[in-house]
Amino acid sequence: MSLAAIRTEPTPPEAVRWTLPGARSLDAVNELVTAPLYERQLWSWKAWWLAAALSGALTAGFLVAVYVVFTRGIGVWGVNTSTVWGFAIADYVWWIGIGNAGTLISSMLLLMRQKWRASTNRFAEAMTLFAATIAGIFPIIHLGRPMYFYWLTPYPNTMTVWPQWRSALIWDFWAILSYILFSLIFWYVGLIPDLATMRDRARSKFAATAYGAFALGWRGSARHWQAYETLHLALACLGVPLVVSLHSVVGMDFAASLMPGWQETIFPPYFVVGAMYSGFAMVVCLAAMVRWGFRQEGLITIAHFDVMAKVMLMASIVMGLSYATEWFNAWYGGDRPDRSLVIFEFTGSYAPMFWALLFCNVIAPQAFWIAAVRRSVVAVFVVSILINIGMWLERILIVWNTLSHGYLPSMWRLFIPTVWDWLTTIGSLGLFVLMFLVFVRFIPAISMHEVRKLVDEEGS
Amino acid sequence: MTALLLAQFAESARFVEAARRAKSADYRLVDAFTPFPVQAVHELLDQRRSHIRVVMFIAGITTAALAYGLEYFSAVIDYPYNSGGRPLDAWPAFMLVPFATGILLAAIAGFATFLIECGLPRLHYALFAVEGFEHASQDQFILALEKPAGDGELQRALDFFRGAGAVAIREVDT
Repeated sequence: MSLAAIRTEPTPPEAVRWTLPGARSLDAVNELVTAPLYERQLWSWKAWWLAAALSGALTAGFLVAVYVVFTRGIGVWGVNTSTVWGFAIADYVWWIGIGNAGTLISSMLLLMRQKWRASTNRFAEAMTLFAATIAGIFPIIHLGRPMYFYWLTPYPNTMTVWPQWRSALIWDFWAILSYILFSLIFWYVGLIPDLATMRDRARSKFAATAYGAFALGWRGSARHWQAYETLHLALACLGVPLVVSLHSVVGMDFAASLMPGWQETIFPPYFVVGAMYSGFAMVVCLAAMVRWGFRQEGLITIAHFDVMAKVMLMASIVMGLSYATEWFNAWYGGDRPDRSLVIFEFTGSYAPMFWALLFCNVIAPQAFWIAAVRRSVVAVFVVSILINIGMWLERILIVWNTLSHGYLPSMWRLFIPTVWDWLTTIGSLGLFVLMFLVFVRFIPAISMHEVRKLVDEEGS
Repeated sequence: MTALLLAQFAESARFVEAARRAKSADYRLVDAFTPFPVQAVHELLDQRRSHIRVVMFIAGITTAALAYGLEYFSAVIDYPYNSGGRPLDAWPAFMLVPFATGILLAAIAGFATFLIECGLPRLHYALFAVEGFEHASQDQFILALEKPAGDGELQRALDFFRGAGAVAIREVDT
């Protein structure tokens, strides 16, 4: 072999391992995932109970806030005749964004054969389900007359009227409804083989019966797996366009209007990227929690945080570009209201929040260029929290800035949140955490059968 | 009543190899029970093709067409509403509902077909009572084949699978 040939000989890249050596056997995977559910005494559940108590209290607060809104009307919020949308719509967009990432992780990464999704997709899908459900509540409580929400459905009625199919509200209704039910099916199908594992490892008759009933009698036969794989892949193929359409519709809620800062063709893709971004950040937070709480270091490794940080870094750049495109278009288009709005964003009453948004969404994630940051769970966790805050600020400001600074200067008016605004927002976070805690307490948080396959492929 | 022989393996590589050799030795493979899909063995078993995708496609397209039909009927025929001369059949605005409902119904139909093709739900299955079968959903691989007739053939089969690395071989009547 010549010297040149030796130099150009490609060195086989070191295969990335997605599990630690201790977890590289089928039995170890089963043990790691089911132990928190079946050998509870080994875990201190103090943190769980503490979190459950706190999130339970916040959920109660959420119910109180919703009760007050239902009985006294949306006037209890800070909304006014100019800023007609407030926290509720921003929260809706934020939650539905988080609700996007589970399906993205499951479907898109499955189609792209990214093996690392195996240990994260289960709780990411659960997150999707809970977040999308919470998101669905917000437009209803914002309706003003929530008891008539079923008017959104086409049904034979004595008023002889039909839904207005051209309305973004109708699109929202169908998109969210389809998405929640679709996510439920997708999640449950993936869960069936694991419920069978739970059934077969059960220590009590009650557990065996309960898990057995939901496992539907799954026995892992060749026929079962073949049908499972066909269905799962087909659902993944449908999931990607559905999730993209869902957040595009949310973007069109704004873009279909004629307001400065909203009527932009960039909105649908910009919202989809934003959704993936905030959703990934939430998945990272949940992954860190599951890893720490259930000692899953063997299955959720540093390499997972590393790769998710890279995805967020990419998304942060796209977000930065989207913001810049908005500003450029406002200047280049030359419309006075548009230009005035951008100046208001940078210098107006909400400017500190806007600068915070830019820091959280665009500047902070640049730390992920450094490998040491990507490989530090604490650092990735902190940046992810910042991204979640930043994305919430972004949604709030999309609503506030435009509505507070529309075409007519005489109509300019700020939004001042009330205690009921805050309680609805923070309470919904409590509801989400509570649902997630219940989920990890009863259902294997990591997809065992997918990790088993991964472990088998990676070898011991 | 079918008499089966269940050969249980602890490692996927041995299981696949045993299944291959059993197939070429003309043992009649009936089924395989595994903790995750093992494509190589599935190919050895003569399985019917799944119709899930066809059903999903038909369900999705039909639902989308019906949803668009409903929109058209309500907006053009039953309750035409002229708002500033905009077209009654505003198809770009009408696309989302057929799209979303089409995907939803495709998923529901796919799930239903999946259950039918798998014969689920079926909470009681004869093999569940077999000792060691619970490992098929956890960490072991089970190959089911027709029990050879005659003591000599049976003994040869037992020796064959023991030689192939089976950790347990059980005779079952279902």
